[in-house]
Amino acid sequence: MRTRGVSLKKIAGAVLLGVGVALLASLTLYASTYTVILVTSILMYVILAMSWAMFSGPTGYISLAPAAFFGMGIYTAAVLGLKLPLGMVILIAGLGSFCLALLVGALTLRLKGIYFVIFTVGLVELIKNLVLWYEVTFTGTRGRFVIPADNNTIYHIMLAILVALLLTAYLIRRSRFGLALQSIGEDELAAAHVGVNVNPLKTIVFAVSAIFMGAAGAIMATRWSYIDPYIAFNPLVSFMAVLMAIFGGLGQFYGPILGAVIMAYLEEMLITRFPYHYMLIFGLVLVATIVYLPGGLVGLAPKLRNWMARVRRATPGG
Amino acid sequence: MLVTILDVVIAGLLMGGLYALIAMGLSLQYGVARVLNVSHGEFIMLGGMITWTLTAQYGLSPLLSLVFCGPLTFALGYLLHRTIFRRLAATAESPGVFEGNSMLTSFGLMFIIQNLALVIWGPEIRGYSYLAQPVNIGGALFGANRLLTMSVALVVGLVFYFYLARTRMGMAIRAAAQDRGAAAYMGININRVLAVCFALGAALAGIAGILISISYPVNGLMGFEYTTIAIIVVVLGGLGSIPGSFIGGFLLGLVGSVVTYFEPGLALAAYYAIFILLLLVRPTGIMGN
Repeated sequence: MRTRGVSLKKIAGAVLLGVGVALLASLTLYASTYTVILVTSILMYVILAMSWAMFSGPTGYISLAPAAFFGMGIYTAAVLGLKLPLGMVILIAGLGSFCLALLVGALTLRLKGIYFVIFTVGLVELIKNLVLWYEVTFTGTRGRFVIPADNNTIYHIMLAILVALLLTAYLIRRSRFGLALQSIGEDELAAAHVGVNVNPLKTIVFAVSAIFMGAAGAIMATRWSYIDPYIAFNPLVSFMAVLMAIFGGLGQFYGPILGAVIMAYLEEMLITRFPYHYMLIFGLVLVATIVYLPGGLVGLAPKLRNWMARVRRATPGG
Repeated sequence: MLVTILDVVIAGLLMGGLYALIAMGLSLQYGVARVLNVSHGEFIMLGGMITWTLTAQYGLSPLLSLVFCGPLTFALGYLLHRTIFRRLAATAESPGVFEGNSMLTSFGLMFIIQNLALVIWGPEIRGYSYLAQPVNIGGALFGANRLLTMSVALVVGLVFYFYLARTRMGMAIRAAAQDRGAAAYMGININRVLAVCFALGAALAGIAGILISISYPVNGLMGFEYTTIAIIVVVLGGLGSIPGSFIGGFLLGLVGSVVTYFEPGLALAAYYAIFILLLLVRPTGIMGN
């Protein structure tokens, strides 16, 4: 019975995902341009939150480096956009972010806890200031123009990156690597003792998660059309990814997706009209989630179920 | 040549005094209360903006702001620790989880305080003129306000040091920093000590904000830059070591001044480069163990 229940759930999940992707893919046929642009932004945040959660969720290493990989993608698009076709640019952006993350991960993932976090914050700032200095000194201008792409193309590429990410995250999660990552998060020393090759595994998964951030940055740059180091390496991108993932909840696969969709929609609605109030709400949600809702939104589900069961038990004849 | 060197060194020391003050506050919050407070810079900003309001709008002396901003930021810090961080400490399953959660919470606080300030004061850059006449030190010219900033920073730093070294509360703080459990067995009210530490850190930030506003323009967005500088200095001096932060502050001020002399665009990049190299080579800092 149990195995059948699981496989049914799996089939239902796959069907739901298939229908969802088909609906999203055909969005450009029936939705307005505004909706397409809105959904593109939401997809971007889902990619950032999901790829962050892919590494940081199971291991517990809080990385604030997403902005570095995202910015790397943006600059790849700005530098190579004129010379190469869009598909190539995005591939190179992903690959570049992978290499950067590999280097960073190999150097720093042995740093523990708070040291790793502040290192990743410093990394974003270092790259930003170096790029800024390079641009001002050698090219003489602060920003760059990016060849814009058509809204529907941007949307479809964003969706394709997301689907690739979801597949990768799912495969890693259910493979033995996923289990090994989980064991690192619970007790790194014990994981090493039972034969998990701790540092290479952390580094590889960290680097794989960076591919999608870089690719998302490259395609997003074609929509913004003008970029400079402050836009590209904005630490807020990292905070957003972390908040959305934690707000949704790291306990379930779909938690970060849920968190990103809700927060990204809120952002689109509020940020142009009330930018300060939006950021205020952002901070309040972050504090309230960590203090009162450590499991995120998905952590609420079992609590609700327990509560309902208690109510039912308490009702006579129920 | 000699005057140039003197110029660079004195400018570095003047900046360093401020850095030291900022970093000592953060060091106290992390070293004892175990909160890597990313909203530290926002308390600096609050000190700066309130002082600007008192000086430019109401014509009061910025030094008078010390008696107002100090207690205010202290109370705010105390309240935050009693409500949020104490709860986080009580629910966290391990010290590592608490450090991670409290840091993320302080990111949230950063957004809250910063944007409240932007709603109140707007994003404009504010400044006022106070003691702007130049003073000649061995041929190099410096504003009197910078010297004042530096001397107040030194006095506050020394008072703070003697507070930790000589008073009962200071002893309790040092005991809690060394071994929280043992300190509690000796009859120290740990929750109170931790809240006082967090509040003192916030007050030091508030005072630093007042001093910054005397010499430099301020605005609602200035906080994060000072937070990152404070974190760099604290790592440089050794996380949690207060003398380390003090020395680290002057060291970073000197480095910044030297790099600015040769290539002004690279000053911030140099800070981060030092910081990243340090984390890789000697994460415990110069005074850590």
